Amino acid sequence: MDLNLDAPHSMGTTIIGVTYNGGVVLGADSRTSTGMYVANRASDKITQLTDNVYVCRSGSAADSQVVSDYVRYFLHQHTIQLGQPATVKVSANLIRMLAYNNKNMLQTGLIVGGWDKYEGGKIYGIPLGGTVVEQPFAIEGSGSSYLYGFFDLAWKENMTKEEAEQLVVKAVSLAIARDGASGGVVRTVIINSEGVTRNFYPGDKLQLWHEELEPQNSLLDILNAAGPEPMAM
Amino acid sequence: MTFTIPIDNGDSLKNAEADSQRTLYPYVTGTSIVAIKYKDGVLMASDMGGSYGSTLRYKNIERMKAIGKHSLLGASGEISDFQEILRYLDELVLNDNMWDDGNSLGPKEVHNYLTRVMYNRRNKFNPLWNTLVLGGVKNGESYLGMVSMIGVSFEDNHVATGFGNHLARPILRDEWHADLSFEDGVKLLEKCMRVLLYRDRSAINKLQIAKITEEGVTVSQPYSLKTFWEFKAFHNPTAGAEGSW
Repeated sequence: MDLNLDAPHSMGTTIIGVTYNGGVVLGADSRTSTGMYVANRASDKITQLTDNVYVCRSGSAADSQVVSDYVRYFLHQHTIQLGQPATVKVSANLIRMLAYNNKNMLQTGLIVGGWDKYEGGKIYGIPLGGTVVEQPFAIEGSGSSYLYGFFDLAWKENMTKEEAEQLVVKAVSLAIARDGASGGVVRTVIINSEGVTRNFYPGDKLQLWHEELEPQNSLLDILNAAGPEPMAM
Repeated sequence: MTFTIPIDNGDSLKNAEADSQRTLYPYVTGTSIVAIKYKDGVLMASDMGGSYGSTLRYKNIERMKAIGKHSLLGASGEISDFQEILRYLDELVLNDNMWDDGNSLGPKEVHNYLTRVMYNRRNKFNPLWNTLVLGGVKNGESYLGMVSMIGVSFEDNHVATGFGNHLARPILRDEWHADLSFEDGVKLLEKCMRVLLYRDRSAINKLQIAKITEEGVTVSQPYSLKTFWEFKAFHNPTAGAEGSW
């Protein structure tokens, strides 16, 4: 079987951005693959652009890194010139500029999320091609295919911060269960007027889904716990 | 539909310019636009869908926008290219306003500008992947025209893009007439949109109808159409031939 270890690094990925009553919650898995090999099982796909704006990256690892690096640089200058924090909309538009004008060469889908004093918490989806879509919630990456139905069902307006984060963690976890290109841990970043909070949910702390079993240390523990004749019917 | 260029570009890293300016395929697309002239001006209808291949991904995209005081632009095709066209038009209107001469861009002028843009991009093998519908009213005259991604441009009493060409225009050819009232115009457009909803896979049931008259542009709130499924023949179509459809 060809593992294709020379394939470009791609973050198959599941990334999510959700607005709630007061801010935004961004979430992502942590798997970066090179063909069939998992090059990094604990990547951080939620990248800071400014103090109050973050971006979730999916698709080509290199393309998304270079785009976010450029935009961080532009925003840094913009913040100095403006004299106050950049808005989420400006950040999204800078990403759009790079994504649209280089659409033939880039292969990255991004979700820009943050909080500013003018519009509060905002999420902007920027899929392949460079379209910008402001949304109450956005899902991207290969794992997102499995979440359209879930969000159609579970999404509600005006959630609390806790509800929003739980929704994000649940969703990424469900996508990881079905998408081979997503895996590892669930990372979340919550952004509101008070600041930014990063959270980390390792694989074994997540809820179990259909046909998943409780992790054990060893078969021996199961055999010993079951008593002297575990195989008898 | 893809543009295939018959030259060997080989290593695109060495030939960076060779394919750096070529749009080869669309990503997020909008489906049909249907528009008609009526008594007071122009009516235009579109759904609010943005498809990503076969996925009905975005359901709140406004594909009709007012341009200046006198025009309404509807677009099907790649949404990012439509957003870019809106930026070009914004600049056009801004520069026109800066003359401060009491003159304003009418639909004929906007349509002509768009035709030039689309055709020039086509000549460079880097099209804006849209079919545009431009409607407007200025000085009492109604105007309705269309430009395709290859620069084909014309005016008519009723136009449609994409699937609308095949499904809506025959209805319009039969039932359109001059001086339609607003109510009749809306009903006619809704008839077309309903057929598109039944028969276009990329259509969604969330649409807007926009009106442009001498007074200005109004885009309706999003709404859904009722659909009819109660034909007797639909209830048990395979009763006489199990396994067929």
